[in-house]
Amino acid sequence: MIDAPLASLGQVVDQWPTVAEVIAVLTLRSGFNTTVVTIGTTLFGLAAGVIGVFALLRKRAMVTDALSHATLPGIGLAFVIAVALGETGKSLPILLLGAAVTAAVGAACLQAILRYTRLHEDAASGIVLSVGFGAGIVVLSYVQANMPAGAAGLKGFIYGQTAAMGARDAVFMGVTAVISILIVVAMLKELSLVSFNDAFARVGGIRVGLVDFGVMVLVVVVTVAGLQAVGLLLVVAMLIIPPVAARFWTERLWLMVVLAGVIGGMSGYLGASVSALLPRKPAGAVIVLLAGAIFALSLLFAPARGVIAAAVRRVRLRIQIAADHALESAFESRDAESDLAVVLQRVAAQRGWPRWLTPIIRSALRRRGFAHGSGAAILITGAGLERGAEVCRNHALWTQYLVGYADVATNHVDWSVDQVEHVLSGQLIAELEGELIAKGIAVPRVPA
Amino acid sequence: MSFSYAQDLFPLTAAVLAALVCGILGNFLVLRRLSLMGDAISHSVLPGLVVAFLIAGSRSTGAMLVGATLAGIATVALVELVKRLGRVEPGAAMGVVFSILFATGVLLIERASVRQVDLDADCVLHGQLETLAWYDAPATLAGVLDMQTLAAVPVQITTLAATLMLVVICTVVLFKELRLAAFDGALSTSLGFHAGALHVVLMVLVAIATVASFEAVGSILVIAMLICPAATARLLTDRLGTQIAVSVGVAIASAVGGYVGATLVPGVFGLDSVNAAGSMTVVAGGLLLAAAVLSPSHGVLAAGLRRRQVAKRVLVDDMLAALYRQRERGEQGVPIARLQSILAPRPVNPAIASTAREGLVERAGDDIALTATGEQAAAAVIRSHRLWETYLVEEAGLASDHVHTTAAQLEHVGINPPIDAARDPHGKPVPRAAAEDSTRPGR
Repeated sequence: MIDAPLASLGQVVDQWPTVAEVIAVLTLRSGFNTTVVTIGTTLFGLAAGVIGVFALLRKRAMVTDALSHATLPGIGLAFVIAVALGETGKSLPILLLGAAVTAAVGAACLQAILRYTRLHEDAASGIVLSVGFGAGIVVLSYVQANMPAGAAGLKGFIYGQTAAMGARDAVFMGVTAVISILIVVAMLKELSLVSFNDAFARVGGIRVGLVDFGVMVLVVVVTVAGLQAVGLLLVVAMLIIPPVAARFWTERLWLMVVLAGVIGGMSGYLGASVSALLPRKPAGAVIVLLAGAIFALSLLFAPARGVIAAAVRRVRLRIQIAADHALESAFESRDAESDLAVVLQRVAAQRGWPRWLTPIIRSALRRRGFAHGSGAAILITGAGLERGAEVCRNHALWTQYLVGYADVATNHVDWSVDQVEHVLSGQLIAELEGELIAKGIAVPRVPA
Repeated sequence: MSFSYAQDLFPLTAAVLAALVCGILGNFLVLRRLSLMGDAISHSVLPGLVVAFLIAGSRSTGAMLVGATLAGIATVALVELVKRLGRVEPGAAMGVVFSILFATGVLLIERASVRQVDLDADCVLHGQLETLAWYDAPATLAGVLDMQTLAAVPVQITTLAATLMLVVICTVVLFKELRLAAFDGALSTSLGFHAGALHVVLMVLVAIATVASFEAVGSILVIAMLICPAATARLLTDRLGTQIAVSVGVAIASAVGGYVGATLVPGVFGLDSVNAAGSMTVVAGGLLLAAAVLSPSHGVLAAGLRRRQVAKRVLVDDMLAALYRQRERGEQGVPIARLQSILAPRPVNPAIASTAREGLVERAGDDIALTATGEQAAAAVIRSHRLWETYLVEEAGLASDHVHTTAAQLEHVGINPPIDAARDPHGKPVPRAAAEDSTRPGR
């Protein structure tokens, strides 16, 4: 049922480009215009990624969406005014100037709403976004009804119009992007301080309001620069997606800035290339989808904060804790039980393990040398019992600490101790012993 | 141009219904700081529409509704997924999800032959109120009130009316729970009304409302109506019930005002009408601006007036206190220039004029001196100041040279600390309590 219409989709598949064409575009050798547009789009992606990092870290991702929507009335009004003054109204600098002006007005309104009313950032962004864009639609419909000649060109700003981009537009976009990036590099210290600890930055003599304002100005500049390439509805994607994707890979700010820039730049470069090679592929959408693909890959596979890596870490920890419980139980049983099968059966019953966990723990214990043997006769080794003793002692130490030091009632400590006994580091244990001795609290000895 | 049933009845009805549907739900979104969810959903219904079109092969409203609703719910689910799994900040998660989905929609539209059959991203954005015109409408009200009108009602309006009923019923039935969850999700959950489940219900309702509205009015009006009326009402009242009622009024006023502004006003100047949905958002923005400035409880003007009153009261207190301190040093009258230099940078003349009118001070040439009533009022201020200093040193454990600034603020609050003393920490006498503090000016 689904196949039939999708097949009809397939019928309109475009002429696939030849390998030579692909290589020509990717190596920037397919005509001056294509090359300049590709370079301009790449630089735009780079700048958007870099600046988006700070919008994201200041929790203002959606503010960028509001500002980009607020460019629309400016484009329309600039056109109307230019025509009234006898210009053609097609001059890109004038239109972009109008866009920048209303985006700045939008930013000022947003600040005013936050400063003078009880509304929060989400509502403020939504108000600027919808009223700004609504006003833009009104102006555009006025243009369409009363000066139809110009209306078609203006609509291109909503979805982007890479195909119509000339070399001069691309150069403008590239230069703007490079300047924005240079500003960010020059201000990196202030920006990072404000991003992570604005109170500290303020104490350190940095004017946080001014830095935030600067970030918003850069956002407006990049938005306006990207209007031609991706359109105002999707500019926000290039400001948000690359930084969010980069965040999965690193905990370091400078690396995040570099990665976000690279992801944005790559999306811009490949997106413009695809759009040049295949007809009827709006570059804006292609660029955003490429960035989206990188985001999805990062979300899943990034080693630092990716979903899979986090899940693996969680499972590992759970196995380690379960294995610890087994060894602890073996050690605590009166005759230092060493038959693994008996121990596992007991612990599984006590702790309510799901059935599948037991064999996993058995093999984990054997792999770590805490148990050996095969078939029915798997025994816990000396090393295993030692680890059990260690866990047991950590448990006792932490219990003493909570009861004696943190004034937790004796009958309230066991559960929290059970959580923490597995993750105490050697250094922390030494410190605990020191503090307990200093307070005159008996330190549990390793049970013989 | 004037109102005509043929041209205006159904578009206006559709706009009002959509504004109501979105305006009511918006109250809970604004309170839960989820205003932009409407923005995200209304962008990302686009791929749902295109896919529904491709599968159904036609622009049948039913298929479109199903596709768009599914896309809306998928958006909500994906945002939650990205937020939880990726530990991404909510705004950013929303931005990532909706922009990817929207880009997919744009690409699908361009890719397929969909273009030829009037499925255009523009309709989704701007809406098609104009297409709701009722060509063979009767010319009189009596004709409109005929049963046959029902048969002519476009499907968009019946859909909207049904959605409005659903929203009203859900709001009424779940009012208590929604209110609790809007203000205190944790309390709601601990009382057994699962805030997470309510969140899902609310999001599904928003998705349905978005989808039902956008075909008639376009997504930009949906976004505006989900936020602006509720935000306007929030600036006017502190009670949720009142807020919803006010937002309903604002939504209707925006829709009607915007429609009139778009269709009738340009006609007066001989121009073609402009986009009605856009004009409604502009009216909604204007109403919000008016509320922000003029609201008696939360408006900028009222707040400014209150601040001025407080500033004036503080200045009078400070001036009386300054005169009292000079008198303690044996000066009966203080030259105006001297008083001005003590209270700088605030201008002292208005305070002199108002206190002279109240009989608290008297002028003798260039000198200002306290009257008997004035001295009582000044003593009350000084008493409050010195008692607060005593309190801060003795009870709060501050050093005696650190308390003046704090006491200088607390002395204006009008409440004395629960302590009595004959001398303050600096050894100065604390004036005895007057019969009552009501002699202090300005209260």
